Amino acid sequence: MSEVLHELLEQITGFIYPNEVEIHWSLLIVVYPYITGLVAGAFILASLVKVFNVKDLQPTYRLALLTALAFLLVAPLPLLLHLGRPELFYEILLTPNVTSAMAMFGFVYAWYLMGVLLLEVWFEYRRDLIVMAGRERGLMRWIHRALSLFSTDTSEAALAFDRKAIRAITIIGIPSAFLLHGYVGFIFGSVKANPWWSSVLMPIVFLMSAIVSGIALVIFLYMMLAAIRKEPVDMRCLDTITSYLFYAVIVDFSLEALDFIHRLYESEESVKILGKLITHKLFMSLFVLQILIGMFIPLGILVVAKWRRLNEDGRKLLYFTAVILIQLGIFSTRWNVVIGGQLFSKSFRGLMAYKLEVMGIEGFLSAMALLALPFVILAVLIRVLPTKRLADEASGAAPS
Amino acid sequence: MRMPEQVKRLAVVIAVIIAGALITRFYVIPRSLTSNELHRSSTVQRELAKPVKFAGSEICQGCHETEGIKKNKSFHRNVSCEACHGPAVKHAEDPTAVKPPAPRDRKFCPVCHAYDASRPTGFPQINPSVHNPLKPCIACHNPHDPVPPQTPKACSACHAQIERTKSVSSHALLVCTTCHTVSEQHKRAPRTALPSKPQTREFCAKCHGKDSPQKEPPKIDVTTHGTPYLCWQCHHPHLPEGRG
Amino acid sequence: MNKRDFLKGLILFFPAGGMLGALAGMLEAKEAAPAQTGTAGAAPKPGPKAYDPKSHYYGMGIEIDKCIGCNRCVEACKAENDVLQEPFFFRTWIERYVIKKDGNVVVESISVKSKAPKEASQDDADVLRTFFVPKLCNHCVHPPCVQVCPVGATFSTEDGVVLIDSKRCIGCRYCIQACPYGARYLDPRTKTADKCSFCYHRVRQGLLPACVEVCPTQARIFGDLKSKASRLVRFARLNKIHVLKPSLNTEPKVYYAQLDGEVR
Repeated sequence: MSEVLHELLEQITGFIYPNEVEIHWSLLIVVYPYITGLVAGAFILASLVKVFNVKDLQPTYRLALLTALAFLLVAPLPLLLHLGRPELFYEILLTPNVTSAMAMFGFVYAWYLMGVLLLEVWFEYRRDLIVMAGRERGLMRWIHRALSLFSTDTSEAALAFDRKAIRAITIIGIPSAFLLHGYVGFIFGSVKANPWWSSVLMPIVFLMSAIVSGIALVIFLYMMLAAIRKEPVDMRCLDTITSYLFYAVIVDFSLEALDFIHRLYESEESVKILGKLITHKLFMSLFVLQILIGMFIPLGILVVAKWRRLNEDGRKLLYFTAVILIQLGIFSTRWNVVIGGQLFSKSFRGLMAYKLEVMGIEGFLSAMALLALPFVILAVLIRVLPTKRLADEASGAAPS
Repeated sequence: MRMPEQVKRLAVVIAVIIAGALITRFYVIPRSLTSNELHRSSTVQRELAKPVKFAGSEICQGCHETEGIKKNKSFHRNVSCEACHGPAVKHAEDPTAVKPPAPRDRKFCPVCHAYDASRPTGFPQINPSVHNPLKPCIACHNPHDPVPPQTPKACSACHAQIERTKSVSSHALLVCTTCHTVSEQHKRAPRTALPSKPQTREFCAKCHGKDSPQKEPPKIDVTTHGTPYLCWQCHHPHLPEGRG
Repeated sequence: MNKRDFLKGLILFFPAGGMLGALAGMLEAKEAAPAQTGTAGAAPKPGPKAYDPKSHYYGMGIEIDKCIGCNRCVEACKAENDVLQEPFFFRTWIERYVIKKDGNVVVESISVKSKAPKEASQDDADVLRTFFVPKLCNHCVHPPCVQVCPVGATFSTEDGVVLIDSKRCIGCRYCIQACPYGARYLDPRTKTADKCSFCYHRVRQGLLPACVEVCPTQARIFGDLKSKASRLVRFARLNKIHVLKPSLNTEPKVYYAQLDGEVR
């Protein structure tokens, strides 16, 4: 550890407080808001179906829910791995300091997982679980019966109640999703010591970029799943969902541009060092990755795909490219906030450096593993909870 | 009211979870793990139990009275014993077993007394490379009463920065006492017995006025130039030509 | 289910929820109330000579014009508090400011001996003002570090010292991010946060903090703001006082006299 710090000491420009040479929040803390952002974004997409009745998006509803669940389960892992004393993690739930945003987030997370996501998944899948339990024997039968809480009522009245419950939960879920990821933005935005983070817009910008990344992820997964299953993609669904993505990117870009213009115009004391920060340290990750590759080029691709009236294959190719670039862009956004905020001194007189390790618990490989894990969990979830509504017991036809 | 059967099941599960959480938190988990007061008082106890390494000058002077009395009248009266002799609590506890170091090296005293422009003017500073090189400092200066062997006649012993500034200026050949009257008291109580500064424009006019017998200094009309201010309120007497 | 049944159900939920809430409240109050008659390690009863934290309120004064930048305080602090000798963990450190006549300000920390080539050495003739500034934890009255700690491991004592409970600290580093003065660091041996404690273990015994003890020019003054005879109170009476970053409303308790406007 000390060798790394000695190296970093040589890479300082200007003046920093001596203790600042160590970059405390590493790549794992970049991964964490990225993951919770995907959760919030996927859920908002699901809410478009259930609350705003955008019927065209129905094919992606279950996938969006399961995606949100898979990523939510992984979200605490980077935090746990990053702690200096991970074995004491329970203290944050046992004896939280109520003035700390980080502590209160533990409860927001628990509420969102238990009170919103798991509840909605349960109501959505209850009927299918009963149907599957009826068809299977042995262990899988007991698993499905247990998951449905041994309920057996598939009458129309019960199903109608389920639908109402889903609607109610989603209505509560939208502000809860806003709270979940907005809170992460607040954890940064409320740090008055750091002018790069301290901003009223921070939770809003975080949330908007979360919605962008969540929608992009569900598009990606929907297309991948269709390719794996060798099934056709519902193009109306895809066209609608990419329209929402387009509007979300526009709003996200507007908010980030607003933040930028506002800082430049007000020209507070920190503007000089922040200018140095983005030109010297964040040039590639901000101007190239976040803005050019993450926003302008995907926007251009989406415009081309929609206005040029390409055929289905052309549109699918462009959409797929756009969503991958968007993911890169949003990850860069998180990097620029988290790492960027730690690369300049609070004396406003110097810049530090961050060394990304490859190995080690906070290294590149570890972060990649954490990013891959939700996909593994999602695969398991899809096996247990089908993405398409199952056919009725009596009739053989799949209900609409 | 007819509640759907799945909601009844769900309500049971939720109730069990909430009750379980509450009971675990408030009954099962012991207070020692959750109480803020207990945590804080045990932290304070742990802090208070930390070992003290510096004994403090009072303790030293309990045994080393002679040195203490001498030092308390000297220029080093505000320098604590351990500033030079290092942490000495172990020595205070067992004086014969542990002896604190007594620095005798020429590298030691310049840590405080080497010239550094950022040091406040008036703090005694020397240039270690030219100030009696190779001789140990303590050969001439008793650390407990560091009066220099000759009381410095020049002011530059303490006012090195001013001297350096002045030495590259047009006033280089003027001694400090040309403009400043200084009492002997100033060497003993420098911050209270202050030297004087010229209080009239006519003082500078002795050299710089049109009627002055001095030929080299630049001349001005003292009745009109820069009235009503004193000359040194604009011109820096230690470097009148300034830089940039 | 029709609207009437739904509303009836809702009405039932409120008393049920209220009862659960009341139960939780009762349980919490029972747990929070301190034990009666001094059992199980509660705070000792204040006797005639016992230390009463409420009657003290500690702060520090620093006179910039007296600091000679000798670093004795930094070394003494590291010795007294067992801080690692590495150049990146400091409970206190000294900064040197050089303000040139062309307006450039060069700052460096003289407590860090790095191998990087120094900024151009001062040419006396270009210098307008130059001085040393000691820095340390300001033991703020409204400490942002205490506000953000998720587990309450860092707290203010009643006598005005901000301490860290290293047994409770989980090493999340939020406090280090929240401190505007760079006073905190992560101790790599315990993986918990650490910082200046005003040498609380010395102060409680009537000693001075180590940095104050060894300062050869008495540039550092430690005192009790509540005491009638206190060096710090006199310091505050005779000097115009500045604090670092006042706009952040942390109300630091390290008071600087003769602090220059260029100091951050």
